[in-house]
Amino acid sequence: MTELKHYFAPTSLDQAVECLKDGDVTILAGGTDLTPQSQAGRVKIKHTLMNVRHIPQLSGITLEGREIRIGALATITEIMEHPLVKEHLPVLVEACDHFASDQIRNAGTIGGNICNASPAGDTLIPLLVLNASVELASMPEAKLYRHSMPLSTFFVGPGKTRKSLCELVTCVRIPVPAENHVARFYKHGTRPALDISTISIGVAGTLKDGVMSNVRVAFGAVAPTPVRASQTEQALEGQRLDAATIDKVAAVARDEVKPIDDVRATAWYRKEMIHNITKRILSHVAQA
Amino acid sequence: MSLKHDIEFTLNGVKRRVAVDVTMNTLAMLRDVIGLTGTKYGCGEGECGACTIQVDGASLNSCLMFAVDCDGRNVTTIEGLANDGRADALLDAFVEHGAVQCGFCTPGMVMQADHVLHKHPRPDEACVKRGIEGNLCRCTGYKKIVDAIVAADGA
Repeated sequence: MTELKHYFAPTSLDQAVECLKDGDVTILAGGTDLTPQSQAGRVKIKHTLMNVRHIPQLSGITLEGREIRIGALATITEIMEHPLVKEHLPVLVEACDHFASDQIRNAGTIGGNICNASPAGDTLIPLLVLNASVELASMPEAKLYRHSMPLSTFFVGPGKTRKSLCELVTCVRIPVPAENHVARFYKHGTRPALDISTISIGVAGTLKDGVMSNVRVAFGAVAPTPVRASQTEQALEGQRLDAATIDKVAAVARDEVKPIDDVRATAWYRKEMIHNITKRILSHVAQA
Repeated sequence: MSLKHDIEFTLNGVKRRVAVDVTMNTLAMLRDVIGLTGTKYGCGEGECGACTIQVDGASLNSCLMFAVDCDGRNVTTIEGLANDGRADALLDAFVEHGAVQCGFCTPGMVMQADHVLHKHPRPDEACVKRGIEGNLCRCTGYKKIVDAIVAADGA
């Protein structure tokens, strides 16, 4: 791999994707992951370090049709304080509120949290259950090209995504939840601040007359990527949220996840936590 | 040979031009290039908050920020806060409440406290505790620090 030879701070999206064409570029946004990763030698900065801060097309939080568009450069603080997010996506606000510390929330961006692709990334679980998609920009020929991908297919491993080296994440789009939408997020760690999740859980769906439908369940820190839990979703879909259903769904969740032992917890503990917290979240939803 | 880049930014109200290594973090620039040592190096990975500064009005960890990213921005360090009079009540409150033990966490604690008070005028104890959860005090003198920040706003 070549050494760092060039620093570039583009002021337009076109300049940025043009620079990405040769693929030998490290992208800098908030820097809260890249700084420690590069200084510890876990990530080597490539030929060009590109700072995307000054690209206006990556900023802002707006309502576009029935979708909320969150620019890749939106910081965690901006997201949790934005009126549109507070009104329509309280589950995302809750996850942001549990994110690291104030200092890191003020610097870290949603685009960075997504591209860092940690199995325990705090915003990723609510984004998955809110059915978010990621917009990617590139310049395969001489023209800017954009396409979208569901977030649920974006992650392939720890720190690895389906974004090619020539692509830049420009924003995430989240459908505005319909009526009777419920969503919950729970992050388990040893202290509220600055903790990497032992497990995290997101549950969302439509709750009408005590019955859950359009169910989405996602788990963090139990697999190489944040994951949707299809068996758990199927067990819950169309069911009345009574005690028997909740018990059954929690058991399915425990059996579905395949976590590992690591410094934060054992696999056994993670499975137990998935069971217990799934049960707790669903009981809260049922009582609400 | 490491790659250098010229940046220009406002530091504590004064325009500065500095040539920095592209991979250097802002903390190293402040301490080793510019010579402002009020901002402390604690953990170097965003866990302890000793290196907290304010950039464009928001507090952040200078160890987690590339120095080149200061270009065009407005940076305030503890030296700036100590000199401009804005934080006098806060600094006095730290002294009055005995909120300084060894003092190593104090610059970062004060920078973050100033940000908390700016965002949440008249904060209660819980709000202050949430606000400084990214700042560690190894002397564990949190009670006095929290008392000082709560009292500073009423001063």
